[in-house]
Amino acid sequence: MHALEKILARASGRKKVTAGEIVIAEVDVAEVNDLYLQVVKSFYELGGTEVANPDKTTFVFDHYSPAPTIKAACNHKSMREFCSKMGIRHLFDIGEGVCHQVLAESGMVGPGKIVVETDSHTTTLGALGAFGTGVGATDMAVILITGKLWFKVPRVMKVVLEGDLRDGVMAKDLILHIIGHLKQDAAIYKAVEFAGDAVRKMPQEERMVLCNMAVEMGAKTAYIAPDGVTYEYLARYGWEKGEVPVTDEDYEYESIVEYDVSEITPRVALPGSVDNVASIPDEEIRIDQVFLGTCTGGRLNDIRVAAEILEGKKVAAGTRFVVIPASRLVFQDAMKAGYIETLVDAGVVLSTPGCGPCLGAHEGILASGEKCVSTSSRNFPGRMGSTEAQVYIASPATAAATALKGRLCGADSL
Amino acid sequence: MPILCEEGKTVDIIKGNIFVFGNNIDTDQIYPGRYLDLTDHDEIATHAMEGADPSFASTVKPGDIIVAGTNFGCGSSREHAVITLKNAGVGAVIARSFARIFFRNAINQGLVVVEVPNLDTLNINTGDKGILDIVKGNFMANGHTVFFQPLTEHVLSIIEAGGIFSLFREKGVKALG
Repeated sequence: MHALEKILARASGRKKVTAGEIVIAEVDVAEVNDLYLQVVKSFYELGGTEVANPDKTTFVFDHYSPAPTIKAACNHKSMREFCSKMGIRHLFDIGEGVCHQVLAESGMVGPGKIVVETDSHTTTLGALGAFGTGVGATDMAVILITGKLWFKVPRVMKVVLEGDLRDGVMAKDLILHIIGHLKQDAAIYKAVEFAGDAVRKMPQEERMVLCNMAVEMGAKTAYIAPDGVTYEYLARYGWEKGEVPVTDEDYEYESIVEYDVSEITPRVALPGSVDNVASIPDEEIRIDQVFLGTCTGGRLNDIRVAAEILEGKKVAAGTRFVVIPASRLVFQDAMKAGYIETLVDAGVVLSTPGCGPCLGAHEGILASGEKCVSTSSRNFPGRMGSTEAQVYIASPATAAATALKGRLCGADSL
Repeated sequence: MPILCEEGKTVDIIKGNIFVFGNNIDTDQIYPGRYLDLTDHDEIATHAMEGADPSFASTVKPGDIIVAGTNFGCGSSREHAVITLKNAGVGAVIARSFARIFFRNAINQGLVVVEVPNLDTLNINTGDKGILDIVKGNFMANGHTVFFQPLTEHVLSIIEAGGIFSLFREKGVKALG
């Protein structure tokens, strides 16, 4: 069996599960974010009276942090009241960060856990050896009532990354390259495992970028076998290592795709579609706004890369650079390291840990005709505001280089 | 088997005007992020498909059918994307394939979703009339008929109940699997 199958088998009380089978599994950690008052509505509509496992349930206020509208404020208020009534003590209120990063730092998530969140990017937590997957409101309400949910056991495709990264190339460039090659429906209902020397050499935060964006290929979940790098990261947040499921040597993958990462240059997803991936265009493209942040590209490593590029320099006139740390802890670490001071001195606009303008809710919405470079994961038409705005998805290094020059460019060109 | 209400009658056949969309219609196009703080279902319905076709919500009639390519409903997990279509009156979404979370949300909310992998063999245009039989598993449009694996009895029972809610109250977690 694959490690992910072993996780599902354990959680559903079986010795063995096979791909395609439907199992009802215990959920170890459930998370509701602040887009989802519908969870509470569905909870009562399903006949819910109490939450089965309040200590395994978390709420994170990240998409509207702090509340930009009266409606969002009312939704927060209703959710706080629900948590209080149901005895849910893991309420991460505004400013704590994006749910996936908050959970990674919570000490609740690690190898072997089943983590379900009301957010598609829950695949991020596969980089910690967990089975992380996103659901909608009604599925989540079922988890709150029963502690369980049905899952179809996925087949697993393996993406093997070998070689050494070029200068100015980050995990984000690799995953964009992979999505551009395999396309956004390549992994519907499948799990995607990332493996190979290039992954083993990556810091934990970069591994999370690969798993985060696996959902942009349609993946149900993503996975990287945990190692010393993972345990060191988790230990910082109080995780205690226990039994770790390991994939059997004779497990047969649905497919295996290999890449030599030394051939990959800085990449961008061109406006409108995350799988329309190209090298950085030769022509001059003026950029109105650069955004560095989110569950994809707002971790300490991302902020460090930007600070190193902007050290002692200024953001180009006519370009706005919005930086939002992925969590309060990331923010604090970046302050201690001096990155925040460097960035603010360079002219960066800093905002509250959370999702920021990624989904067009607030804190940097785009006007018609504007062009943006973003370290987030999606650039569907209208994603960050006007449907007439254009969003290029890129790495933190490319974002910072672009902010410095005011035109789309890679850090390798500086 | 009686399935759906159309103008007060129970029918197992969905008839309506067709709206055609392409591949990878994501949830931001189905329901833009700037309306995610809304919670009233009727209000949510007024923004259906706004990111792809701003006139959709004002022209769609009860029972109308969305026809799309691959990966319909990709992107965010927002259940608003299903609630908006259901409450705007969409009778069914037929696509070559669906994104996983959208598909689960649709069944839970009782929105008919039908996967027809060979759908592009039809020459279908927006404005054509479509007839969908979800029990027998066929879809007729523009003089062509395409066949598909009918919905399972379990899924039909959820759709007939208008979503998972009453079945769950009756059977608990077993209502889902």
